Amino acid sequence: MITETALPEVRERKRVRLDEGVVRNLGLVGVLAILMIIGAVTRPELYGDATWVKNNIFTILQQASAIGVVTVGMTFVLIGGGVDLSVGAIIALAGVWSTTLATQSYGPLGMVFTALVVGVVVGLINGVLISYGKLVPFIATLAMLVAARGLAAQISGKQTQISADATINGIATTKILGIPLLVLILAAVVVAGWVLLNRTTFGRRTVAVGGNPEAARLAGINVKRHTVLLYALSGLCCGIGAIMLTSQATSAQAAMANLYELDAIAAAIIGGTLLSGGRGTIVGALFGVLVFSTITNLFAINNLSTEAQNMVKGGIIVAAVLIQQFRYRSITQLFKR
Amino acid sequence: MSAMSRRRILFGGAAVGAGALLTACTSNTPATDAQVKTDTSGNANAAAGKKVVIGFSAPAADHGWIAAITNNAKAQAAQYSDVELRLVEAGSDAAAQRAALATLIGQKPDVLVMLPHDGKELDATALEAMRAGIPVVNLDRAFPSQAAYRLQLKGDNYGMGLAAGHYIGEQLKAKGATTPIIGEIPGIDSLELTQQRSAGFAAALAEYGFKVANRRPAEFTADSGQAAATALLQALPKMDALWNHDDDQGIGVLAAVKQANRSEFFMVGGAGSKTAIDTITKDDTVLKATVTYSPSMASSAISLARLIGQGKGLSDLVELQVPKDITLASETITKDNAAKYAKLGF
Repeated sequence: MITETALPEVRERKRVRLDEGVVRNLGLVGVLAILMIIGAVTRPELYGDATWVKNNIFTILQQASAIGVVTVGMTFVLIGGGVDLSVGAIIALAGVWSTTLATQSYGPLGMVFTALVVGVVVGLINGVLISYGKLVPFIATLAMLVAARGLAAQISGKQTQISADATINGIATTKILGIPLLVLILAAVVVAGWVLLNRTTFGRRTVAVGGNPEAARLAGINVKRHTVLLYALSGLCCGIGAIMLTSQATSAQAAMANLYELDAIAAAIIGGTLLSGGRGTIVGALFGVLVFSTITNLFAINNLSTEAQNMVKGGIIVAAVLIQQFRYRSITQLFKR
Repeated sequence: MSAMSRRRILFGGAAVGAGALLTACTSNTPATDAQVKTDTSGNANAAAGKKVVIGFSAPAADHGWIAAITNNAKAQAAQYSDVELRLVEAGSDAAAQRAALATLIGQKPDVLVMLPHDGKELDATALEAMRAGIPVVNLDRAFPSQAAYRLQLKGDNYGMGLAAGHYIGEQLKAKGATTPIIGEIPGIDSLELTQQRSAGFAAALAEYGFKVANRRPAEFTADSGQAAATALLQALPKMDALWNHDDDQGIGVLAAVKQANRSEFFMVGGAGSKTAIDTITKDDTVLKATVTYSPSMASSAISLARLIGQGKGLSDLVELQVPKDITLASETITKDNAAKYAKLGF
């Protein structure tokens, strides 16, 4: 509704624009609604059952929870002008480390603590290599991807490590007031991320560092330290994600969270985060994750192949970036060239 | 929080971490559970013979099955006083394995046992070894060229699908089901082995007039199994039977079944891991059977490579040499025979 009334105004006076983030998020909500409608049309017998629909929404949210938490961290790194290709590997390392028999003997708190510490420490190493070692983020985190998966394979002896801890495994089955705990964790991380980005100095500094590091430095921001903190934050999110994923799979292994880095980057991008840094939203990133999770669900209930599903996902990423570009030049301008 | 206490927490974390690293080698599934043939009483082939140097190369393990392959080869070689095993890590891709094998072939082992990254890509390397007079034992992933190997020892992917299909078909027929809803969770879908397994499964089900209602591929990992199973369970609110191709990803599949509170169907696994066999024995989940694709083939490959090196045949066969092609049968493990297979779980 808002877009409809606002459109002519935008055309008449180019200066006046709706808040870009709001428009984009409404667009993503629209995409989600369309996906749901396609689901309802193609499988009416499933969507006719209210219990199934409620269950399905929680399932989509639950399957988006771990990757959603990781995407929040990734969004911070991207806004800060970097990229973290090691998120999947950090999850694997944190997951494997927290499920060794030795760590499991410390109980659930020990496992959570280990996962978080491993995540933060690996993130710190990434940050220090990039800030003080002056490595390009792409290279530093790519190296970490390989190294962390290698260490995870070493620690696990290349085996799938089963989590025997009822409390950890219970995270995936617990519901509070009818809402799955995993979904609540995702919600908490998203709210915390939103507050951190939009209501704190840390958030404003992140945008400044990503937008123009030199200007940020001249304005008195310790850019190097801030960059280290951003990667540590991403690592922390991976630690949280590792516990969530371990709980869901009741196990951890070196190959877990395969290609999460790509999913997280893609979700952040279609949520409106610029790969070049300086701009992005947490809510948009969340919607990005939900779009992917809903597509997976839609293809599953229709028994369509995952190959087709991946092609559609790729198409959506391209479409999102194209739309992003159209926002800066009108369609007519594009055709004139 | 003072700087001091913050530092204390950081150091405490580091200490815990270091402790966990030091003890990390005690993984959940100790590597000592190798599958070896030890009972050799009364077998003429068991007597120590000519010394045989066996070169061995398998891909770097990324999951339990491949890890078990290498462990089994080592353990079986250790059983023989007349076998020396030269092991090279094959690295992470076919090119790395070619490089590693070039070095190994240069050392002139008596026999070469390899599980190639990809049979097609290692075909030329195997031919080269054969031409240099080193018999090649191919484990599980066939070379296109018949001249590239002396012995091919592999599992039966199509047969695995057949076994799972027949078990599910028989069970459902006994229940009187006419149009049962059957789910399938394969492993990585682009692999030929996955396609063969699925083809065998579909063929067996077709004999009963059944077909697969929904198929969600995973990636041989527990977390991907959980995701695939969650999607499958959501798509099929009522299901009669489920075949999951791989017991490693099955850990995640079983977790998803429990998380979704479902129990109206029965499930068949694949490969025959120790965890799966234990679960079947306990009989407290939907997992009622698993069809084998056992890494014990690596142990057998070493035994046969030794015989090839010594010029001996299999004692029960008339022929004086080891055969050229051996395909292992896929067996169905249920609660009734689980005890017999317990030692073959990996």
